[in-house]
Amino acid sequence: MERHATLAELRRALDNGDLSAIELTRDYLTRIADDSTNAFINVDEEGALAAAAAADERLASGDGTPLTGLPLAHKDIFCTRGLATTCGSRMLENFVAPYDATVVARLKDAGVVNLGKTNMDEFAMGSSNENSYFGAVANPWRESHVPGGSSGGSAAAVAAGLTPAATGTDTGGSIRQPASFCGITGLKPTYGRVSRYGMVAFASSLDQGGPMAHNAEDVALLVSAMAGFDRRDSTSAEREDTPCSNGIPATPEKLRIGLPREYYHNLDIAAELDAVRASLENLGHTFVDVNLPHTEAAVPTYYVIAGAEASTNLSRFDGVRFGHRCENPESLEDLYDRSRSEGFGEEVKRRILTGTYALSVGYFDAYYLQAQKIRRLIANDFASAFEDVDVLLAPTAPGPAFERGALTKDPVAMYQQDIFTVPVSLAGLPALSMPCGFVDGLPVGAQLVAAPFQEELILGVARDYQNVTDWHTRTPEAAQ
Amino acid sequence: MSWEPVIGLEVHVQLATRSKIFSGASTAFGAEPNAQACAVDLGLPGVLPVLNEDVVRMAIKFGLAIGAEINLDSIFDRKNYFYPDLPKGYQISQFQTPVVGRGSITVHLDDGTTREVGITRAHLEEDAGKSVHDMFPGQTGIDLNRTGTPLLEVVSEPDLRTAAEAAAYFRQMHTLVRYLKICDGNLAEGSMRCDANVSVRPAGSNDLGERTEIKNINSFRFVERAINFEIERHIDVLESGGTIERETRQYDPDRDETRPMRGKEESEDYRYFPDPDLLPLSIDQAFVDAIAADMPELPEARRSRYREAGLSDYDAGWLADDPDVATYFDAVLVQSGDAKQSANWVMGELAAHLNKAETDISAAPVTPDQLSQLIARVVDGTLSSKTAKTLFEALWQQEGEVDALIDSLGLAQMSDSGELERIVDEVLAANPGQLEELKSGKDKLLGFFVGQVMKATQGKANPQQVNELIRAKL
Repeated sequence: MERHATLAELRRALDNGDLSAIELTRDYLTRIADDSTNAFINVDEEGALAAAAAADERLASGDGTPLTGLPLAHKDIFCTRGLATTCGSRMLENFVAPYDATVVARLKDAGVVNLGKTNMDEFAMGSSNENSYFGAVANPWRESHVPGGSSGGSAAAVAAGLTPAATGTDTGGSIRQPASFCGITGLKPTYGRVSRYGMVAFASSLDQGGPMAHNAEDVALLVSAMAGFDRRDSTSAEREDTPCSNGIPATPEKLRIGLPREYYHNLDIAAELDAVRASLENLGHTFVDVNLPHTEAAVPTYYVIAGAEASTNLSRFDGVRFGHRCENPESLEDLYDRSRSEGFGEEVKRRILTGTYALSVGYFDAYYLQAQKIRRLIANDFASAFEDVDVLLAPTAPGPAFERGALTKDPVAMYQQDIFTVPVSLAGLPALSMPCGFVDGLPVGAQLVAAPFQEELILGVARDYQNVTDWHTRTPEAAQ
Repeated sequence: MSWEPVIGLEVHVQLATRSKIFSGASTAFGAEPNAQACAVDLGLPGVLPVLNEDVVRMAIKFGLAIGAEINLDSIFDRKNYFYPDLPKGYQISQFQTPVVGRGSITVHLDDGTTREVGITRAHLEEDAGKSVHDMFPGQTGIDLNRTGTPLLEVVSEPDLRTAAEAAAYFRQMHTLVRYLKICDGNLAEGSMRCDANVSVRPAGSNDLGERTEIKNINSFRFVERAINFEIERHIDVLESGGTIERETRQYDPDRDETRPMRGKEESEDYRYFPDPDLLPLSIDQAFVDAIAADMPELPEARRSRYREAGLSDYDAGWLADDPDVATYFDAVLVQSGDAKQSANWVMGELAAHLNKAETDISAAPVTPDQLSQLIARVVDGTLSSKTAKTLFEALWQQEGEVDALIDSLGLAQMSDSGELERIVDEVLAANPGQLEELKSGKDKLLGFFVGQVMKATQGKANPQQVNELIRAKL
């Protein structure tokens, strides 16, 4: 099989009997064994082969789904029953959940073969995958560079052909930015579309799981299986519709596409975005400028809210019931202090500290409450824009992947990587990143954003764009 | 100088749901440690809370019973602190917006007066687990069975002025939640606990003194004792020129004193904020209306009904306070139609037997059916008060129909006045000396003769009838 085959191509191969799910799985496991990017934390060879055998039987008996027998990897933030879930942290190095995340269970039910768990920034906190206890991940396009984060392992694994698709989570850009850096397509669904049950929480009001793959069609196939109301997640949306349950529908003609003016300053990828615009104009769509006036406040707002929620979400990691526990604690205080000091990495500690500060008496109003008010203003900005336009076209990140270590000394500069993704997260909107060219030999992505629950619209535009361009078919091997 | 205590109570009512407030684990008491703690209760990574609708229903029921405003929109907050028996590192509670707003409850005091006590709010929250300090030497065990048990925390206004009033309020709350069937009321198992906020001020002052909080009191008696101790302590400190420190104290029943738990300098910042895992709780008015339409008779209404049936305040209160007693009493009353007789029997013979046997009224061997038939036989003169008691004892000890037992035990009063008259004659004849004295006006001896006749008839005579017969003979 071609190394960068899409899910659709693999589906045809399985259905035609060109190869079995077992053969396909073995093929990917062999490639993972030779991986030089450190994309995986844990490879589940035994589980994958058993699932592939079951998938072959299911296909033979004719009760397969469009996903049966297709391999995939899960970001190591999704709990998998019987298989370690580390969240990229020493804290959970030996944690094995007794349950599957809803996303894992749904894909498993559909017959997907889980190859293993992908590397990530610790507790999904980071934009470069340098914050993993299990080591940094290399960008398959240039190994000295980062793959983006926090779903860096998933993005690198897809780009390197170690899996045709992977799950990711996006709190402030953690699916879209690594997708952009690694030249793949990644979708962050509307907040509430995909159940958060069994997904280790970072910032509960922002976290959203989604698929990462080579193109919009594959992403659509996966999201149709991942999405849907889950009574175990009170914040999941109780809706009848599942996006792309019958594939991506035809895109409405003559869409009005907005260009947020605040996003188009000092970009390294201005020419690439102009080209996207030209392609979409050729498809009959029109462009207008829109304003998102509170954009500047988005990054600080995001870091206050995400930090505040994270600071209490991570309180459960206390060394008492599960997770890392220090040796020979002398007292309860000592148990807490050392277990948490040893178990958490630097960035996680930084966010717990800032988040705790933002919620403290005397600071709550000035930080947390203020941030919530600005969040509402940002959401209102988008709502007004969508009164005028159907879709927004924006950069995913300011530029291509940067070199490992380039921003680690400057957390604020690192946080600015998220400037185009966090406003969308704060507003809870669906957005995707699709490859749209190269800068300095590295892939860059364009971001499409829609109103709540309009995943089909942006997936349609992306599919149409990918029908007339070939950026999404480029591979690191061909580039070298 | 004389001092006026000012007291407010926070009562934690454990709601009688089958499963927990945010998980499907059972709430049954007494299971093996940690046998009833699921992934949500353990706070495992990635799991999420889902609100139990029954809990909301019960809170609204309580709110309606105290005439409170029901907040159709309320919010669950996280109260953050580290403790080994708090698995998530935060407790989910309602801080800013509770589901039940301001209401009030009528408290009946021992002297027959009543007091209206304001209730500030009642909010829903999850209970924590238990730290077990006496099971493993030098170590602490954690039992998370109680984790996530639903609690309704009822916060009173500082309207109480004596320890006795506070205890009466706690009792009244106990009565009410049992009427509403939202709590089993089992104090020994911790189903109701209270924290008491106590301060004193110079009598006549409108300012409030510095207060202390006594935590986790779980009996009516201890509430009164703990508060009395604390009032005395405050007065002693103030009168000797000291000042009261705001602090949390615990009551030690063995030594009958309160002791500080943690002081102000360690006062915690709980960093409350809305729990992003739970949407704001939005209730339809129709949901509230349906609960309102299905409210049981409340203690106050029952008390009034009993008073209107001719019972004294004391009897009405005694019978209405415990919903099981009241239910039993109502069943007797409906059939016997005689409120006074019914009250006398339930409060007298039945209560004494239950007390002695340490049996709950719902398990009484004498059914309301049997008791009302017994009363009917007293009213129609078949039984004397003495034979009625014999019959009650028989019904307590064995199975059987009331009338059949009256027959088989020969308990019916003598209805043949000819025979009774013969016995009266015999008794008068056998005691000529006493008869002379009676005739000469020593009325006290009437009782002696009635007693002798009753003895001769083995209690089967009607004392009233005997009385009349003797008078007629004089």
